[in-house]
Amino acid sequence: MASEVIGKPKNRVDGRKKVTGQARYAAEFSVPDLTYGVVVNSAIARGTIKSIDASEALKLEGVLQVFTHENRTKLAYYDKSYQDMDAPPGSPFRPLYNNQVQFNMQPIALVVAETYELALYAAALVKVEYEQAPHETKFAAQRPYAYEPEEYKSTPPPEPWGSPEEALKNAAHTITEEYAHPSQHHNPIEMHASTVHWEGDGRITVYDKIQGALNSQKYVMGIFGLKEEEVRVLSPFVGGAFGSGLRPQYQLFMAVMAALELKRSVRVVLTRPQMFSFGHRPKTVQRLSLGASADGKLQAVIHEAYAETSRFEDYSEDVIIWPGVLYNCDNVKLSHKLVGLDVYTPLDMRAPGGTTGIFALECAIDELSYKVGMDPMEFRLKNYAEKDQIEDKPFSSKELRECYRQGAEKFGWKNRKQAPRSMREGHQLIGWGVANGAWEATQKPASAKAVLALNGQLTVSSATGDIGTGTYTIMSQIAAESLGLALDKVEFKLGDSSLPKAPLEGGSWTASSVGSAVKKVCNKLGEKLLELAQEIEGSPFKNVKIEEVVFEGGRMHLKNNSSTAIALTEILSRNKTESLQAEADSEPSDEQENYSRYSHSAVFVEVKVDEDLGTVKVTRVVSAIAGGRILNPKTARSQILGGIVWGIGMAMEEYSVMDNQYGRFMNHDLAEYHVPVNADVHDVEVIFVEEKDEIVNPIGAKGLGEIGIVSVAPAIANAIYHATGKRVRDLPITLDKLV
Amino acid sequence: MEKNTTASVSKEKISLTINGTEQQLEVEVWTTLLDLLREHLQLTGTKKGCDQGQCGACTILLDGNRINSCLSLAVMHDGSEITTIEGLAQGDELHPVQQAFIDHDAFQCGYCTPGQICSTIGLIKEGKAKTVDDIRDLMSGNICRCGAYSNIVKVVQEALERSQQA
Repeated sequence: MASEVIGKPKNRVDGRKKVTGQARYAAEFSVPDLTYGVVVNSAIARGTIKSIDASEALKLEGVLQVFTHENRTKLAYYDKSYQDMDAPPGSPFRPLYNNQVQFNMQPIALVVAETYELALYAAALVKVEYEQAPHETKFAAQRPYAYEPEEYKSTPPPEPWGSPEEALKNAAHTITEEYAHPSQHHNPIEMHASTVHWEGDGRITVYDKIQGALNSQKYVMGIFGLKEEEVRVLSPFVGGAFGSGLRPQYQLFMAVMAALELKRSVRVVLTRPQMFSFGHRPKTVQRLSLGASADGKLQAVIHEAYAETSRFEDYSEDVIIWPGVLYNCDNVKLSHKLVGLDVYTPLDMRAPGGTTGIFALECAIDELSYKVGMDPMEFRLKNYAEKDQIEDKPFSSKELRECYRQGAEKFGWKNRKQAPRSMREGHQLIGWGVANGAWEATQKPASAKAVLALNGQLTVSSATGDIGTGTYTIMSQIAAESLGLALDKVEFKLGDSSLPKAPLEGGSWTASSVGSAVKKVCNKLGEKLLELAQEIEGSPFKNVKIEEVVFEGGRMHLKNNSSTAIALTEILSRNKTESLQAEADSEPSDEQENYSRYSHSAVFVEVKVDEDLGTVKVTRVVSAIAGGRILNPKTARSQILGGIVWGIGMAMEEYSVMDNQYGRFMNHDLAEYHVPVNADVHDVEVIFVEEKDEIVNPIGAKGLGEIGIVSVAPAIANAIYHATGKRVRDLPITLDKLV
Repeated sequence: MEKNTTASVSKEKISLTINGTEQQLEVEVWTTLLDLLREHLQLTGTKKGCDQGQCGACTILLDGNRINSCLSLAVMHDGSEITTIEGLAQGDELHPVQQAFIDHDAFQCGYCTPGQICSTIGLIKEGKAKTVDDIRDLMSGNICRCGAYSNIVKVVQEALERSQQA
């Protein structure tokens, strides 16, 4: 059957709510008798709290309580009670657990009052005395003590293959360089918030900013010893997260604890500065040694990563697998070590590891291509990976060559002059750069439920999230298509811990995982509809198999005779049934294990650099994506556009500056932490190349949340080199590094 | 513990016309216009993204002009007319800028969107934007972390053309 809904550029089904202000986010649910909590954070990075004097705050009429480690509720004892679904190995941070300070801006008290303003004022009156201990937040100082964790959160570095050192020594062309990027913060525009509704009988309903309501529910149950039926978590809308909502953040702990203690409803919203007090993309330094033969064959890769983590958890991400995924080389050595600092544990941030590792690798490859004297795209194509060397498996599909072909054509790459500083427009040096990238196309187990009502409305649900990715829309499309319904006859529900289980919304696996469950449950409902139709007296569908019918236009008809048909609503009404429902669990197939599954991208960038001032403008970006089946070209394009904007931010702006004297990120607001604004984004184009993949999952979609960012920053860095002849290897590339 | 009153915070009576309806309000002098809308009047369509005037999510139309409502105290605006995102549609019919945001997919998470929409309407009224570069500059006070900028520019271009035809 030709696709009616899937693959069409449909408007977002939740668009109307979002443009009218009716979409409600975590801090926006109106609950009766609400109180407000404001968090007090530590002023030191390490040490002991000697005393907290809350007397001035408590004197104020309307201040209900100041919670500290001294008067907090009884909490769970074991680490596992605090470990959420995205916790790295180690001991998770426990808010208000004791008097120890482990990082600067650690939450140490919660002031709860009848109004927000009063709580904010009272929080300023809380006096804290510390016994300060020396802290270490200098990456360079700790790097000599970098260690291999007992357990990696990411893929453990594989054993080396071939003879990398020897191959490097014998290579005709080599480079050895270090590439770095600083810590970066997610900074979704919605600040983390929780509204806890005290239901009056010990039960709570929590509206939380989270990329998976089940994670917050599990976390709250573990710490406060609540039963599943005592805590329901809702997050129907999330104002961006980019990974910051993968782990429950401390406002959730604070709001729940206060609600349970005070037996009142409580809302806690973090401030923008507090958005710099938890997880972030870890500062990472990578040393890359590459060798190539005279004719441009990659012969050796040695890739060592040093990445920041906290003292209490070993966070690691897939930084070093990319040489084995993107290129084929016979001699490779990979290592990944952690640098422990007195900071909060880093956290997955849009394409964690990929964004980091591909930046370094793609800059190094670019440098080597100049050494060899080859066009940077030709050099990459010459070393194109025909299989994944990390897993030693073929790709389930890989249309990266087509990305290069279409991207280069759109960009006009053939007109590029190879030598740096060879293209200009008056004072503007022009540079053209390219980079490629990949991101995992994973399917996780997921469940869904579908209910068809007598009025023809189909409701499908799963406890996944929509952080702006378009989950509501594409799931509605999949459901509509599966049962031949118009899109407006379908409602998809998500963001509710009482719905069928779904994985965290992250890792670019939602379309794949939840989409497969939605498809399966709708097919199951279709089978039930056929069975029900067969029970109707004189049914023309008797002895008909499911393969012999088609669902189309709100009806079910025979494949070979469309006039033998029945409306789905009639199947229900003729059986005197109010509604029909089905539930399904989907899991990745065994066959997937035989393949390596990735989406791919090739990104072409033009920059203009002012020769005298060093100012850089990213004037053109063409991003060509092989992401499997594109379910909705409109929302898909938006995800890739977002990735491009993030790449611009990473390459040129984003930098959480550590003040080592205090051990605190000092630029903790949006005036000082720069993210791209409208004026930073110029001509951007997205190409989706055709890619069929029947292995990756039953939907054939690979997920697009992360592939859009990974190659952008290196393509910009490479373009800046082409424009200026200056190779900047530490991000962000600000003008001081170019003049 | 003996409670003192918070005598330093007085209340003032003000009159505001919000989305066409005049309201008599008693507000504490330290309440911002943004918190008045969100926490006291449940008009949560206006968003808080930083509370520091740095992100533009709280943009509303005050007497027709776009402002950051987080940087303004409610008591300062006695007698003013305020339009928020909730007041733009006429019944079921969306304001053309709202519809254009949907059609161009000029948002993802939707959190900065009310501010972007109010800012677009304010920008057109200001009459300063002539070129695409002007639009990009003059919309730069509204951060979209999802990165929908190029689609937002299309919406504003369309609105600009519409205003020139009118």
